[in-house]
Amino acid sequence: MAIKTQPVTVNLGPQHPSTHGVFRMRVMFDGEEIVDVEPVFGYLHRGSEKLAEERTYTQIVTLTDRMDYVSSMLNNQAYILAVEKLAGIEPSPRGVWLRMIASELQRIASHLVATGFLLQDLGALGTPLIYAMRERENILDLFEMLCGARITNSYLRPGGVFMDAPAEFWPALDRGLGDILNTVDELETYLSGNEIVFSRTKGTAVLPKELLINASITGPMLRASGVDWDLRHRAPYDYYDRVSFDRILHTASDNYARYWVRVQETRESVKIIRQCIEQIEPGDVRPSFDEVPRLIRPPVGDAYAAIEGSKGELGFYLVSDGSIAPYRMHVRASSLINLTLLRDMLIGGQFGDLFVTFGSVDLNMGEVDR
Amino acid sequence: MTTVWSGGALAEAIEAFAPGSVESSAGSDVWLKPESISTVCEGLKIRSEFKFDLLSSLTAVDYIDHFEVVYHLTSLPMNASAVLKSRVGHGRTEASIASVVPIWRGADYQEREVWDLMGIRFDGHPNHKRIMLWEGYPGHPLRKDYVTYDQSIASTAPGAADSLKGAE
Repeated sequence: MAIKTQPVTVNLGPQHPSTHGVFRMRVMFDGEEIVDVEPVFGYLHRGSEKLAEERTYTQIVTLTDRMDYVSSMLNNQAYILAVEKLAGIEPSPRGVWLRMIASELQRIASHLVATGFLLQDLGALGTPLIYAMRERENILDLFEMLCGARITNSYLRPGGVFMDAPAEFWPALDRGLGDILNTVDELETYLSGNEIVFSRTKGTAVLPKELLINASITGPMLRASGVDWDLRHRAPYDYYDRVSFDRILHTASDNYARYWVRVQETRESVKIIRQCIEQIEPGDVRPSFDEVPRLIRPPVGDAYAAIEGSKGELGFYLVSDGSIAPYRMHVRASSLINLTLLRDMLIGGQFGDLFVTFGSVDLNMGEVDR
Repeated sequence: MTTVWSGGALAEAIEAFAPGSVESSAGSDVWLKPESISTVCEGLKIRSEFKFDLLSSLTAVDYIDHFEVVYHLTSLPMNASAVLKSRVGHGRTEASIASVVPIWRGADYQEREVWDLMGIRFDGHPNHKRIMLWEGYPGHPLRKDYVTYDQSIASTAPGAADSLKGAE
């Protein structure tokens, strides 16, 4: 005899360790099955776009750090590209190579965090997360050498970066890249063929690729459905046209595919950094202050620049009225837009899959709410 | 490398299937009449010469005498991008435009964000609610005439009116 159940609404978050910040969901369950989900945003809304309207173009770099705070370098890069496009600044080659190295390191760190926390949500308490965080720690040490900061870097400036890498950075980077590959191999040995990971993630929250494209979802989530779309390859910015790397694709479009794509992409980032190290040449890391002053006054107009962030297309839309501060700044936040299909992913699923699915989206509340 | 549609070429191509919908064009931008946004976006998504299947970004700018809604479109099969703009709410009247959620679901949260922070209504949006701020929040903060908390304190302090005049 089937036991009768009654739908019950549960409030999840905002203060919950598995919500990756301060995310709140109102979920309606029928027994173990999810029947309705309503995401509630805004607990970390700081009005960054409004704040930017009262700051100079260089000062805003510090605001972008605090959006997606596990991929500050990538945020810096997207913002700086928009400023350079708006003001017509020609960047210095050495600065561009350095910021490519920095942003690829940041991509590895971000993917490791996503993977570690996903496995934590799966119930693999501690070990995978500590492995991932240990490697991220080494990357943060490298950032500390580059710019003195670990999380909120503010390393990039219009035209390049603000200081050259010290001599001891290069051997440390070389060692670090080897360590990253070892850690990823180690993680994969334990996890990518793990029976429990398989049974919990394969075939859960499958999304058709037409729906993903229609919902503007980009990044590893889109590539996990087999769509070959990576802005580093399709619309190369900086010097991405001078490096070669494989685009990682999976066709299953389930939670496992999203996990797998992120893990493999860390290896490609290592490949890109090695090529950057080969091609970087001595020179200035940014144009002189005569060419690009601290107070930039871009001509009246607007510009949109997008990069392949760790979570998807990260774009900045800037409008200039000719003054030292932007008239309007808008961030195309991939974390927020990737949540568009959250209901489709969760409804009909089981309670136990809720946080796994949520973790496989890889979102950062700092970027969702800005 | 992504092909970027020039405003002139795109305006001509849009006029070919939706006559009378383009207001003007310059650089890489096309300004559309707000009432024709649904027809044009539908065409841009479906027609084989565009195939704009991904809405990259949707935002709005407050130009004081009017608002401008900005659409950045991407075509995955053609590897092309285009920018559409539309002027609404002339003279700071009630600003509204048709929702593009029926065409691209990716517009869902972005349109809610524009409504929340800029106060532009999207007719036909399936869940037209605030997203970042709570229901009942006074005003729309990204508007240029919004008085922030510290500005409101400064304007009520003794002698504030004179000091603000000095700042201008």
